[in-house]
Amino acid sequence: MTITEKILADHSNRKKVSPGDLIEVRVDMALANDITTPLAIQVFNEIGNPDVFDREKIALIPDHFTPNKDINSAQQAKMMREFAMCHHITHYYELGQGGIEHIILPEKGLVIPGDLVIGADSHTCTYGALGAFSSGVGSTDLGVIMATGKTWLKVPPTIKIEYEGELSPWVRGKDLILFTLGTLGVDGATYRALEFSGPVITRLPMAQRFTITNMAVEAGAKNGIIEPDEITLAFVAQRSHRRPLVCTSDPGADYEKVIKIRVDALEPQIAFPHSPANVRPLSQAGDIRLDQVFIGSCTNGRLEDLRDAAAVLKGKAIAKGVRLIVLPGSQLIFQEAIKEGVIQILLNAGAVIGPPSCGPCLGGHLGILAEGERALSTTNRNFIGRMGHPKSEVYLASPVIAAASAVLGSIGGPEEL
Amino acid sequence: MRIQGTAWKFGDNVDTDLIIPARFLNVSDSEALAKNCFADIRPRFMDMINPGDIIVAGKNFGAGSSREHAPLAIKGAGISVIIAEGFARIFYRNAFNIGLPIVESAEAACSVEEGHVISVDLSTGEIQDTHTGRRFFAKPLPDFMRQIVEAGGLVNYIKRS
Repeated sequence: MTITEKILADHSNRKKVSPGDLIEVRVDMALANDITTPLAIQVFNEIGNPDVFDREKIALIPDHFTPNKDINSAQQAKMMREFAMCHHITHYYELGQGGIEHIILPEKGLVIPGDLVIGADSHTCTYGALGAFSSGVGSTDLGVIMATGKTWLKVPPTIKIEYEGELSPWVRGKDLILFTLGTLGVDGATYRALEFSGPVITRLPMAQRFTITNMAVEAGAKNGIIEPDEITLAFVAQRSHRRPLVCTSDPGADYEKVIKIRVDALEPQIAFPHSPANVRPLSQAGDIRLDQVFIGSCTNGRLEDLRDAAAVLKGKAIAKGVRLIVLPGSQLIFQEAIKEGVIQILLNAGAVIGPPSCGPCLGGHLGILAEGERALSTTNRNFIGRMGHPKSEVYLASPVIAAASAVLGSIGGPEEL
Repeated sequence: MRIQGTAWKFGDNVDTDLIIPARFLNVSDSEALAKNCFADIRPRFMDMINPGDIIVAGKNFGAGSSREHAPLAIKGAGISVIIAEGFARIFYRNAFNIGLPIVESAEAACSVEEGHVISVDLSTGEIQDTHTGRRFFAKPLPDFMRQIVEAGGLVNYIKRS
């Protein structure tokens, strides 16, 4: 069996599962945010169970439109807060205690290898970097899970991606996943598990692994996953007292497809409008003038991402006419970045630093684009209208490229500075 | 369960940001969401269609976010069924959970043109284009999924059973 099949077998009390099997699984962590929780609460109330299945196994995180962007958003956040208080939800994190959902759950040690996590947010697939099975659903599924602790799943076939070779100095996990999306296409892994493996992955720090599994859904995947290793276990040991269930794929495991990718010549990648799979290497980007650069989100709002940006921006100033917006992914990351001097470097370069929030990634607030404006963003989607006006454009790249492009005023790399 | 309505054609990869842009997600009820359904690509879609009309689309319909607001907006606008070459995973689940039937048929998605009146039989999977007379056969829905649709969604289905 593959790692995905082993975790699903464990959570459905079976010895073996195969692709196509419909199974009922127990959920170790159920997750929702300020956009998806209100509908899930309605569903929970309609079902009529007096209590949630386990108040320790539900995480409700206000992060999308918070700090509240308008009255309706404030109403939704209030509904979520009141539900969390009423049901004594342990993992409800108010502004100032948390940050972006997919960043703070690993940060607080709430997901460990072998867990099964279901979230009412498509980027729930992020936790696969910890060797967990995690997948996004809608609010109705989540409302049912809050009541019962269970859901049904179809066991997905697995596509394995093997990365081999040595990465060039400024190439990151973001470039690996963008290149992979370019190879697979936006529906190349629909209903599939994507298993990321090979020597390049085993050398990658956790932050970059999270970036990779985070974007598995951009190829349509049900989950993205990486086998846990010493790097994973060291990360988890500092944050959780629970004992991890370390699963790895058997040598003879069945894969639907194995794709090998040589990374030695891989350049930083840019996803052009309006698809994360519309990628080009940096050298073929051409002259793309920018109005705004955004560094943050569940994809690239981690401390290592801010360090990357600071390494590029140290002693430099962003180009006239460009706005650089940085939203650290969590309160803790923000504090650490201040302690390390990262925030000071970003401020000196001319960045504006905002609160941990999904903010402009989904066109919510804190950096919306006007008609005809162009942004380079470290986020995960560049669909039409994603960050603002339907006639604005979003280009996706790593924090390294984002920082360099902010200085250049157009898309470029640190070697051009 | 037979449905008849006028076809509205869409292309490939219609994502959830196109179905309902995130700036309109500060409300959750289907009627309010419906007003902004396809706001950026077909403004006032709800006013253009008649209740019971049908969406016919290409590959990977509903890609992107997990927002259940997307199928809710479509259902609220009055659409009775979506026929597509294929659906994104989370959208597929969400649509059934809220009681919006969806059917996969590459042949129908390719052949049916906008404005044609078509009928869909959910129990047999038969799709008929009344303009051309052509018939297509999608895989029929499994019983329990048809029951979810008939109950009006997963919650009612659970309460019933």
